Amino acid sequence: MENERKLTIARAMAESIAQEMRIDPTVFVMGEDIADLGGVFGNTRGLADEFGKERIRDTPISETGFIGAAVGAAQDGMRPVVELMFVDFFGVCFDAIYNLMAKNTYFSGGNFKVPMVLMTSTGGGYSDAGQHSQCLYGSFAHLPGMKVVSPSNAYDAKGLMTAAIRDNNPVIYMFHKGLQGMGWLGTEAGANVHVPEEAYEVEIGKAAIVREGSDVTIVSIAMGVHHALKAAKALEADGISAEVVDLRSLVPLDRETVRASVRKTGRLIVVDEDYHSYGVSGEIIATVCEADDLTLKAPPRRIAYPDVPIPFARVMEQYCLPNAEKVVAAAREICRSAVTA
Amino acid sequence: MQPSKETLGWMYQTMVTSRRFEEIIEKIYLEGKSPVFNMANGPIPGEMHLSNGQEPVAVGVCAHLNPDDVITATHRPHHQAIAKGVDLNKMAAEIFGKASGLSGGRGGHMHIFDADVNFACSGIIAQGMGPAAGAALSRKLQGKPGVAVAFIGEGAANQGAFHETMNLAAVWKLPMICVIEDNAWGISVAKETATAVKRNDVRAAAYGIPGHYIEGNDPWKIYEVAGEAIARARAGEGPTLIEVETYRLAGHFMGDAEGYRPEGEKDGLFAKDPIPAMRKRLEGEGAFTAPELDALEAEAAEAVETAIRFARESADAKPEDALTAVFA
Ligand SMILES: Cc1ncc(C[n+]2csc(CCOP(=O)(O)OP(=O)(O)O)c2C)c(N)n1
Ligand SMILES: [Mg+2]
Repeated sequence: MENERKLTIARAMAESIAQEMRIDPTVFVMGEDIADLGGVFGNTRGLADEFGKERIRDTPISETGFIGAAVGAAQDGMRPVVELMFVDFFGVCFDAIYNLMAKNTYFSGGNFKVPMVLMTSTGGGYSDAGQHSQCLYGSFAHLPGMKVVSPSNAYDAKGLMTAAIRDNNPVIYMFHKGLQGMGWLGTEAGANVHVPEEAYEVEIGKAAIVREGSDVTIVSIAMGVHHALKAAKALEADGISAEVVDLRSLVPLDRETVRASVRKTGRLIVVDEDYHSYGVSGEIIATVCEADDLTLKAPPRRIAYPDVPIPFARVMEQYCLPNAEKVVAAAREICRSAVTA
Repeated sequence: MQPSKETLGWMYQTMVTSRRFEEIIEKIYLEGKSPVFNMANGPIPGEMHLSNGQEPVAVGVCAHLNPDDVITATHRPHHQAIAKGVDLNKMAAEIFGKASGLSGGRGGHMHIFDADVNFACSGIIAQGMGPAAGAALSRKLQGKPGVAVAFIGEGAANQGAFHETMNLAAVWKLPMICVIEDNAWGISVAKETATAVKRNDVRAAAYGIPGHYIEGNDPWKIYEVAGEAIARARAGEGPTLIEVETYRLAGHFMGDAEGYRPEGEKDGLFAKDPIPAMRKRLEGEGAFTAPELDALEAEAAEAVETAIRFARESADAKPEDALTAVFA
């Protein structure tokens, strides 16, 4: 459509936060460099101008303090949105996250609620090395008590943020740097899509079929969805019809949408920028294998980050990262029977 | 404690080496990044945190250190690495992601590691603190000489690891010195909006150890105060906390538009550039003649050119080597 309004994920996130702040005085934002700078990744740009620095608070470099403070404020009736600048920094503040934020609802039998959003950047591809490039989806999704979402496009980014702020539970909101629409990180154009002006929610825990197909199901999240879509397009030429599932949420995980797709295609590839072992890719494969009524026509495949820290040198990092070519190669292998049949 | 002529010459030359090194890195970093600035491109991709303006801290402290003393550094490590004697060729190659780099290209500019001179980094704020205390503890337990210096930024003094480690070092009387480079900014956040005290040296009182604040980015004063602290540590008298006023002449990282700086701040800082200031004083006091200083500068420039040539001409890291060196 001609006058469709396209936004970057960064702007979609900021718009959602602003709309919720206008209608709910308990929503406020804390994090490093989020006020004047508008967030290193642009997702709080303009908010300090509109809401002032009481509600858009720059913090000291004290993550364990301010994330713990968000837990306390949330339990006391507010809806904090806090930013952990890079997910890799979770090491200095994880107690506040998984022992407090994620467990206090359960410990209190529900008489305490922790309605907060922890937004954090993920992903590599621009040579920032192993302390600034991880995804860590599996590390967060593994631990019970917090919802985990990660958008692949601006429409979902806005709707998931709105749902996350309104949710009465803690939500980890992981945004991929390569999808943010910040020029200095390169930009995946496919992430910038039409975003309605009005507020809306994208249900947390619901995956989306972003491309229909019949020979192989490619399951992914965030940046991986774009690799999967590009691969699916390339596979058309081979006569392979790929279906792409964008998980959008890791917790709760929409296992039924994944199973329904694989029931149809009989083949599964998982694309995951997080480490290969003990992560999302293994969980998705287990989800499929555990279904009684599901027989795979070929062994499942995962295109994930190898189990090594992320190197700086571009050639090394690019060698390790998932990409569309790797997905295409895997699909060709497991779809051989489909093509010859 | 006053530096000898030889030490002063080393301090000045090392500051110049660091500055020339960063001037060239800055130019090369921008190759392939225009007209669109995309961090992923060019011969040096990724983040780039320059230390220009902060050189006096590195040389004033490192003038008292030997290769077997330990340094832990930060995301902004070039000046300290050069002052500690990290191999300049291998360091340049690492920054380019070459196979001949210190870590074979695995670490890059934020993760400079050189075991030969006991130099290590972390890009996670304040996470050099614990390892510095641990190295100091190890020397104490093994009865081996040597001190450990943790360099951090003023923003890092609000991190739990800073406070926990200072207490640890104090209660165990470790041969450790924490040097805070106060460049007034943690990315876009000004010190006065993030830190409850004006100067971090007062926090030493919380650990019952000496604390010093050094004004003016002054190599002589830094040399003097660091010398006393390091001598104390070597004598088994425990840790010291030193904060140094210094200037970040560049943005937080390259590509930073620096819109958060008050108008005119940068001009004021350049007027106080410590390198011309030191040269002026060395000449003015008659410690060095102009040709002597020129010769030191020329040597520095040559070392830098050699290092950059080595890096440029070295082979790229091999892609599949990414999978090696995970375990010892
Ligand atoms: C635990 C942690 N939080 C946040 C960051 C992001 N970060 C990188 S540098 C920086 C500012 C550091 O300020 P300061 O300690 O004063 O050092 P400077 O950059 O001024 O040298 C921040 C917030 C990080 N690397 N680690
Ligand atoms: Mg600073």
